Amino acid sequence: MEAITARVGRGEVLLADGAIGSLLMARGLASGAAPESLNLSHPEMLEEIARLYLDAGAEIIQTNTFGASPLKLANYGLAEQADAINESAVRAVRRAVGEQAYVSASCGPSGKILLPYGDTEPEKMLEGFQRQIQALIRAGADIICIETMSDIHEARLAIQAARSVSPSIPVMATMTFEATARGFFTIMGATIEKACRELEKAGADLVGSNCGNGSLQMVAIAKEFRRCTKLPLLIQANAGVPELRAGRVHYPESPATMAAMSRELVGAGVAVIGGCCGTTPEHIRAMRRALDEEKVVRHGHSPA
Amino acid sequence: MEILKQIAQCLEAGDDAGVPPLVRQALKQGTVPKTILDEGLIAGMNTVGEKFRVHEIFLPDVLLAAKAMYAGMDVLKPLLISSGVSSRGRVVIGSVQGDLHDIGKNLVGIMLKGAGYEVIDLGNDVAATTFVAAAKSHDARVIGMSALLTTTMPVMKEVVDLLKKENLNGRIKTIIGGAPVSQNYADEIGVDAYGYDCAQAVAGVKKLAAAVR
Repeated sequence: MEAITARVGRGEVLLADGAIGSLLMARGLASGAAPESLNLSHPEMLEEIARLYLDAGAEIIQTNTFGASPLKLANYGLAEQADAINESAVRAVRRAVGEQAYVSASCGPSGKILLPYGDTEPEKMLEGFQRQIQALIRAGADIICIETMSDIHEARLAIQAARSVSPSIPVMATMTFEATARGFFTIMGATIEKACRELEKAGADLVGSNCGNGSLQMVAIAKEFRRCTKLPLLIQANAGVPELRAGRVHYPESPATMAAMSRELVGAGVAVIGGCCGTTPEHIRAMRRALDEEKVVRHGHSPA
Repeated sequence: MEILKQIAQCLEAGDDAGVPPLVRQALKQGTVPKTILDEGLIAGMNTVGEKFRVHEIFLPDVLLAAKAMYAGMDVLKPLLISSGVSSRGRVVIGSVQGDLHDIGKNLVGIMLKGAGYEVIDLGNDVAATTFVAAAKSHDARVIGMSALLTTTMPVMKEVVDLLKKENLNGRIKTIIGGAPVSQNYADEIGVDAYGYDCAQAVAGVKKLAAAVR
């Protein structure tokens, strides 16, 4: 398979998948349990979900390893099984998609806070990411996707870990921003401009944003990213801000809303578009149609 | 008083080395420990909480301020105990789910300690049964629950239902907070109070704890 970096470099727009956690809950994952524990007990569920997204038209399928750094798994007493949990997740997606889609290995925050604000040494955090990413690459991941970061320093350590394991594997890095009266910031206080500068310096091939507060803000975030960097962009929005309706969680943005957003994102210059919390195979299918329907042109690239 | 203002400002700046000497200086000047706590440390922390809420400052500043608060409390604690400011009762707190965003819950914990409560912090990913078991075994008056993700909010209702089932409602009160919850949600699931921010959460706990027994 041609590397994703080459394809987005030519101006191609690629579609990634949607949420995994909510689909796992629908299949019986107990709240309070580590979603990654299923990688060992029920890899067939991961295969099934990967196939749903592949059928919906996604070309990049994420692994269920968001919380699978050993530092985070330690909360559930699973640190010792980190290698197996990460490897099993990659293999499950590979079995489902073969060479029809990229296997993108998710790396979320460690859940720890670095010194001096928290109690974690940078070396320890780096080691944790290295161990996770080693397992992910050993099992055959095509892309490392560092996501939902709020601390630039932590994001840089994760990118550094990926680069130390493989100088050539494509690395995507996204952070989560909140809208404030003074513009977009992560909860740790990082701006989009700083994120662009630091993530690029650390060696990311694609940068951008995920999670957050829905389509409208994501389009604004994407535009600011475009102003701040020349790197290809990746955006994975939530299906809006979740609400509780009669005791059940509801994400307000419909597949049609997110399909419209995906066209706007392409117009803003985004190269990889996918979904985060609350997005389903139906959302991805609608986004696929929106991207295929009419050739939208990526900002900064002439049509192929 | 000038020194109390200095303590508050030093805490707001997150200077955990600077706060203890100022607290000792205030004591030397004859300020009562309880006054130093309320008008120095807690006043500073309230400002920090408010600035965080309006995004004027971010998590790192809050975390450093919390460290400074603890440094100041370490000086005051033995004095508060020996001067007979007794515990106002026990409160069990925890996040129904979360990782580093559990700062809201941690802040409420710090402020409750400052307000004289014994705080049992159960941490993150706390199940309904764990909340109730801890409240029973620690003889706590209040359970404080924080949620950061809507998907985990239903745990709050489970706690209410469990307390009812064990005939503990009324003897153990409940209060909730966190980004996705609201007064409406509190009313809907039948918890006793809702704290919009840190100060409201502490005020709510005070009211509930006083109403128990």
